[in-house]
Amino acid sequence: MVSIWFFIGISLAVNGALILAAGIYQVVNPPENPGVVLFNLHANVWWGAILLVIGAFYCIKFAPRRQS
Amino acid sequence: MTPLLAIAVPTRLVHLSPIDVVIVVFYFVLVLSIGWYLKGRANTGEDFFMAGREMTAWVAGLSFLSANLGALELMGWAGSAYQYGILATHWYWIGAIPAMLFLALVMMPFYYISKTHSVPGYLKLRFGEPSRALSAVSFAFMTVLMSGVNMFAMAKVMQIVLGWDINFSIWVSSLTVGIYVTLGGLRSAIFNEVLQFFLIWAGALLIPILGLYEAGGWTQLKVLITQRASEQYVHLWAGLGSFSNNPMGINWVGIVFGLGAIISMGYWTTDFLVVQRILAAKDIRSAEMAPIIGAGFKMFVPIIVILPGLLGLAVLPEKLVPESVATLTGGHSYNDVLPLMLARYCGPGLLGLGVTALIAGFMSGMAGNVSAFTTVWTYDIYRPLINSKGTDHHYVNMGRWTTIIGVLISVGTAYLVMQFASIMDYVQALFSFFIAPLFGTVVLGMLWKRATRSGGFWGLLCGTVSSISMWAWVKFDPAALRYVALSSHAKALAQDMFQALWSFVVCVVVTVVISLSTKPMSDAELTGLVYGLTEVPSVGDVPLYQKPLFWAGVVTVVFFILNIIFW
Repeated sequence: MVSIWFFIGISLAVNGALILAAGIYQVVNPPENPGVVLFNLHANVWWGAILLVIGAFYCIKFAPRRQS
Repeated sequence: MTPLLAIAVPTRLVHLSPIDVVIVVFYFVLVLSIGWYLKGRANTGEDFFMAGREMTAWVAGLSFLSANLGALELMGWAGSAYQYGILATHWYWIGAIPAMLFLALVMMPFYYISKTHSVPGYLKLRFGEPSRALSAVSFAFMTVLMSGVNMFAMAKVMQIVLGWDINFSIWVSSLTVGIYVTLGGLRSAIFNEVLQFFLIWAGALLIPILGLYEAGGWTQLKVLITQRASEQYVHLWAGLGSFSNNPMGINWVGIVFGLGAIISMGYWTTDFLVVQRILAAKDIRSAEMAPIIGAGFKMFVPIIVILPGLLGLAVLPEKLVPESVATLTGGHSYNDVLPLMLARYCGPGLLGLGVTALIAGFMSGMAGNVSAFTTVWTYDIYRPLINSKGTDHHYVNMGRWTTIIGVLISVGTAYLVMQFASIMDYVQALFSFFIAPLFGTVVLGMLWKRATRSGGFWGLLCGTVSSISMWAWVKFDPAALRYVALSSHAKALAQDMFQALWSFVVCVVVTVVISLSTKPMSDAELTGLVYGLTEVPSVGDVPLYQKPLFWAGVVTVVFFILNIIFW
């Protein structure tokens, strides 16, 4: 059976990649009105990267082939 | 204008970008995929209702905690933190940690070795069929109400944040939960709860991080809160010497004995919604470790729930108001603080993840209620009272149908919940009705072998009736609060704490008196069910760091340190 941790890895990795991509896009094309406080910290870049790394780790460590 | 129509006025806080929509849709696809993947592993009753009893301590522990991280946790307690300050943290520390450790070390062995399917099932073994029937019916009633509360809260946040129609939100979330629980049973619910636990942290943790950065750190945050509210908003215990010296209108007796000793003990040790996750553990060590793991994480949940409420008090430019006022004025209520903070800090992508975290929280609570309701209905109401000769396959089918029917009843309940002004007070009242007396009955049953079947049944019944009576008394005559809560300065939450305390006392006194006047049960009848007549299985010859008692000690030390730091 596929481990629950693998599903969690997929979720974190996909969400992290999407958030990171959105963040990089905003760094390259800064909006005139960001609409959020502390936009200058570019939280979506580093938070997306953290989620991506954690998710990738779970995906690799608990990949179905490795588990079986 | 009816309350429903008043609520349905669209007040969109944010607009989701396409990337946010992709993240939300991906979440729904993933949870449905997990349900679909697990549908082939829910063919027997043991699989469907108990997840095959093969969960590890980590999975059972995180699921145990996640089932409680529902709508009320995320939105309600963030709103309570805004309203009452750091006092709301008591519901996470003294109102949870001692009870979780008590469950792990004292009660779990009895639940586990009796191989019961449910808490009412244990009552059947210990006190007989009438006690089970009373407990099962009251639990089923409470569960669908709780599920309705969850649905309403989710629909409300979707309306505030996204402008979604409240009816659309209720039906989308309920159908999704209904599908994945119907397909995969408890295993599917547990898998999704663990996933939701991670998503909730991933989506919500950024708010306190960025909030503390904006406020200038914890010390500066306390200064801001003191300026905008009062110093009592940042003290856990210092203002609890009297009812009138803190924003919650409660004293330390209510917190320690009402909340810490009764309500939390009742909730965490006898509410089948959470206990069911532990019963699915693969062995006795996992069953004992799971609540301890849950307690370890529970201590830090205030970071993503209480802290955003406190930060809202410090940094939000507008003043939030009670739900009843917000409905009339069109402003934002206390319960809106979490989505408001989400909108304040989270841009494209992060906003989608934050919204997903909220949806995940709501759905995990709802799935917990639905799966517990299904098990109790099938094993504790339908099988003993309606059809005791069905096959295992028949009961699994009944479980699947009950899941669907339970969801539909919950949807109906969600509309009823809209009639109540305060979600939190309503749920606290429910806890007081059923949970406190049930805890009295179960704990006496486990620890006192002299308790008899008649004593258990009448104690449970009288405790429940006394709780409902006190609630009704104060409802029709608010001045009666001074008698129930022992002070004319007491507020609603104090009433709930003391109501629970008295109903527990009534339950225990009635149980003891009737037990002592009826024929004792034989030792043979009580073996495996009562302390002193049961050989509690060992967790095995494992190193110190794998022993539940060691980790319970670690959690206890951290618990005391945290309370002292925030005194």
